Amino acid sequence: MTTHPSLTQIDRYAAGDPALDEPGVWAIEVHLEDCADCRARLAGSTTVASRAVIDQVALVLDREIATAPAPARRGRSWSVLRHRWFVGTLLPWLAMTGTVLVCAALLGALWVGLPSLVLLIAPLAPLPGVAVAWHRRADPAWELIATTPAAGLTMLLRRTAAVLAFVIPALAVVGAGTGLSLALMLLPCLAFTAATLLLGTLVGVRRAAIGLIAVWTLAVIAPSVIAARLPVVLSAQSARSWALATVLLTIMALLRVNGFRRLSHHE
Amino acid sequence: MRAVSAVETTATTHPWAIHAEGLQVRAGRHLAVNGLDLALGTGVHGLLGPNGAGKTTLMRALATVVAPAGGRLALLGHPVDGRAELRPVRRDLGYLPQHFGYYPRFTVREFVGYMAWLKEMPTSALPEAVQRAIDRVGLTARADARLKTLSGGMLRRAGIAQAIVNDPRLLLLDEPTVGLDPEQRLDFRELLRDLGTDSCVLVSTHLVEDVAAACTDVVLVNEGRLVWRGTPEVLAAQGDASHAGDSPAERGYSALLRQHRAEAAR
Repeated sequence: MTTHPSLTQIDRYAAGDPALDEPGVWAIEVHLEDCADCRARLAGSTTVASRAVIDQVALVLDREIATAPAPARRGRSWSVLRHRWFVGTLLPWLAMTGTVLVCAALLGALWVGLPSLVLLIAPLAPLPGVAVAWHRRADPAWELIATTPAAGLTMLLRRTAAVLAFVIPALAVVGAGTGLSLALMLLPCLAFTAATLLLGTLVGVRRAAIGLIAVWTLAVIAPSVIAARLPVVLSAQSARSWALATVLLTIMALLRVNGFRRLSHHE
Repeated sequence: MRAVSAVETTATTHPWAIHAEGLQVRAGRHLAVNGLDLALGTGVHGLLGPNGAGKTTLMRALATVVAPAGGRLALLGHPVDGRAELRPVRRDLGYLPQHFGYYPRFTVREFVGYMAWLKEMPTSALPEAVQRAIDRVGLTARADARLKTLSGGMLRRAGIAQAIVNDPRLLLLDEPTVGLDPEQRLDFRELLRDLGTDSCVLVSTHLVEDVAAACTDVVLVNEGRLVWRGTPEVLAAQGDASHAGDSPAERGYSALLRQHRAEAAR
């Protein structure tokens, strides 16, 4: 509990009375720091000399503030958010992904009889972006970022999210024009992303992405283009299996968190 | 009554910020650091050695970029070899690589702020810490300039600012004075002395004068091994007029290297 100092004490403190002993001065100062009422009373008790000193200090401070550089503006939250979640090196890869999707949609519209190319390449759409999201040669600041606590999985997941935030709307827009099932387009895409991260903990994300792209191209895309019909794995009945695979792969990838602490193991 | 957990009873201070025993680190297939024993505490330590002595590889291992290939390494009391948890060490780490990449479109403030955020500093303390780091390296006037518009020396100072922004207890600077003009180098030595009062600073450099002027301690390595360790004064006393060099410290440096090579050849 604190008791307010009496007006006499405050007057003596303001006048710098030598009779006030040092502990007494401390007690009053500590109290003044927390009590606005007593500060107001102190203001009424100040002497002419101390008011002159205060005016002088205010004058000097004003002058210094006027000559010093202006305080930095708080960064706009949007640009801060963009810097934190997105890295400029992803742009060309995302542009390429978008172009390939549009080409596939155009080809599908012009070339009747061909199975939907958009549906065939949809699972692979996020992989180039994910592969370069956290790679030492793709990211100029790799060595700096690799020594921070946020490096590794946190970084990779954040940038993967940025890639998906672009690829999923792009797929949805392209897919809407072809009248295909949205679930069959997006679920394999998410499953492949999770599989890339999971495999990435073992062999590195870039190798995992290249491997998955190669396997899918050889095992699914090439046969269906030759046979001119959609494969079983992309038929309407398999949507449930894709959903299950997505959930399982995501959980497994998240459990392997520790594999990404030092990505240099895999590079 | 309550049980005291192991976390509460572990020591919070450690005798050595860097403690390496028989440390081996690979650069490619080659063992660039081979059997290094080193224990460094608070202060500014200068890491000297000829080209290819393993300085940069050692710095990268200490910065937790590469995992050691063998031996033991503990930083700030945490083991960092093998599969250890690196997060607590990395929060207290500052690192300036020899060649550091950056995002050219970021301003100095954005760059330092981004690195501070990655080092998981509290968001409320971030703008003040960024401003302080920029002020300390003397880039206040260019704080809102884009990195691509800066000169080499300014970029180097921006790199130092990101390394010190989190007030690291372990600061690793690889060739920090490259590209700085003589006046900036003097300011930088002043900053080094300031930083070295309460953290462990390891400065790798070719410039023997920098070490002699700003370091409390000299570590000399060659071919991945510790050759010599002592104060700059003792280093200067090692050489005489017959050794190569323009200053006592340089003559001491060449004397020690020559002596080491002669012993290795035998």
